[in-house]
Amino acid sequence: MTHSELPYANSCVRLGHYDPELAVYTQGLDSLGKDCLQTPSADTAALTARFDAKVERDEKIEPKEWMPDAYRRTLVRQISQHAHSEIVGMLPEGNWITRAPTLRRKAVLIAKVQDEGGHGMYLYSAAETLGVSRDELVAQLLAGTAKYSSIFNYPTLTWADIGAIGWLVDGAAIMNQIPICRCSYGPYARAMVRICREESFHQRQGFEIMMTLARGTPAQRAMAQDALNRWWWPSVMMFGPSDAESQHTAQSMRWKIKRFTNDELRQHFIDVTAPQADFLKLTVPDPELRWDEATQHYRCGEIDWSEFHRVVKGHGPCNRERLQARRSAHEQGRWVREAASAYAEKTRARARRLEESA
Amino acid sequence: MTSPDWPLFEVFIRSRSGLEHKHVGSLHAVDARMALEHARDVYTRRLEGVSIWVARSSDIAASDPLDADAFFEPARDKVYRHPTFYAIPEEVKNL
Ligand SMILES: [Fe+2]
Ligand SMILES: [Fe+2]
Repeated sequence: MTHSELPYANSCVRLGHYDPELAVYTQGLDSLGKDCLQTPSADTAALTARFDAKVERDEKIEPKEWMPDAYRRTLVRQISQHAHSEIVGMLPEGNWITRAPTLRRKAVLIAKVQDEGGHGMYLYSAAETLGVSRDELVAQLLAGTAKYSSIFNYPTLTWADIGAIGWLVDGAAIMNQIPICRCSYGPYARAMVRICREESFHQRQGFEIMMTLARGTPAQRAMAQDALNRWWWPSVMMFGPSDAESQHTAQSMRWKIKRFTNDELRQHFIDVTAPQADFLKLTVPDPELRWDEATQHYRCGEIDWSEFHRVVKGHGPCNRERLQARRSAHEQGRWVREAASAYAEKTRARARRLEESA
Repeated sequence: MTSPDWPLFEVFIRSRSGLEHKHVGSLHAVDARMALEHARDVYTRRLEGVSIWVARSSDIAASDPLDADAFFEPARDKVYRHPTFYAIPEEVKNL
């Protein structure tokens, strides 16, 4: 998708413009159009100083308070893209609910997918405190003008993918999300605390699936290895473009929306995940991955950023399918929403009549 | 997902008996009853509550953050409302 194809391309308040920085759940979603820079008057200068001081003191910014337009826009974009990611994120895993191998796995997977739906709801709620409507955000998702995490544009081909997603994708998401619990914007930080509390089970159930397969028959081991092969690089890319490419990290760090750079978080993810793969006796699909005594970190191979950008721009394996699934879910739910509205109207009318006749 | 005409409700949850209700977030619902059911599904999937309140967001009046300094000014110079304002000798016990 190019900039000019998007209906909202000229408005920086909208979420739709193509954002090369767009990474994933939360990272790298902070780029701003140059046309969005504000022209400060004396009044806003004083307000800005007050705002900056508050952020500096690590105090939270709350919904009704004055905030710079660019801060508001950055948050609306980041929080709504995060919300969309949770919602679209239900699809790859939802794909396996009916085929989960045991009743226990099925119950767990349903609970996880419900949690992701809940995460989307917490985040839409947080975004709405910034003055956007949920319907507008949902409409942008359905229209294909909003972004969500690229990771969910990959298919879930085998049951082992459900293990790999919980272990790697939720693992990467947790690493992204924990620092946001300290975000300067109160409602986002609080939503994130709630989300992080729920994420840990997601990662552990995924690792448990991987462990079961890795200790299983040769065919099960091969399935686990295949899933790791396919999910490793997309998971590593979830942290967004490298710091060298990410021009707006500095501003988001100053605003304390972001606390660590993309590369810092990515390194941390690799450092904790590589030994877990060793434990599973599975091989990370990176021949250059090795422990570096000098830096006390893992060294890894080059990331194929052309793939990342291809998927962000809509050319991943499942981009169309995901949007199609969201649209048809929305359409199929229409009669339920209409019936609920009609029933509520009828109930209110009856209450009014009773009141009048009394 | 909601319909455009569904109002926003703020959700408050009492996590255990004996504690106060605490604001946890908001959601859209067609009426208060649906808001309660949605609040249960969205905010208490792990038994986080024993009681839920919902209130239409539009019914909530809030103090203005920009006026906060002036609004809370009356209490600012009344330090004598705190026990630490009073110097009591060490040797006096149980006070
Ligand atoms: Fe989530
Ligand atoms: Fe999750």
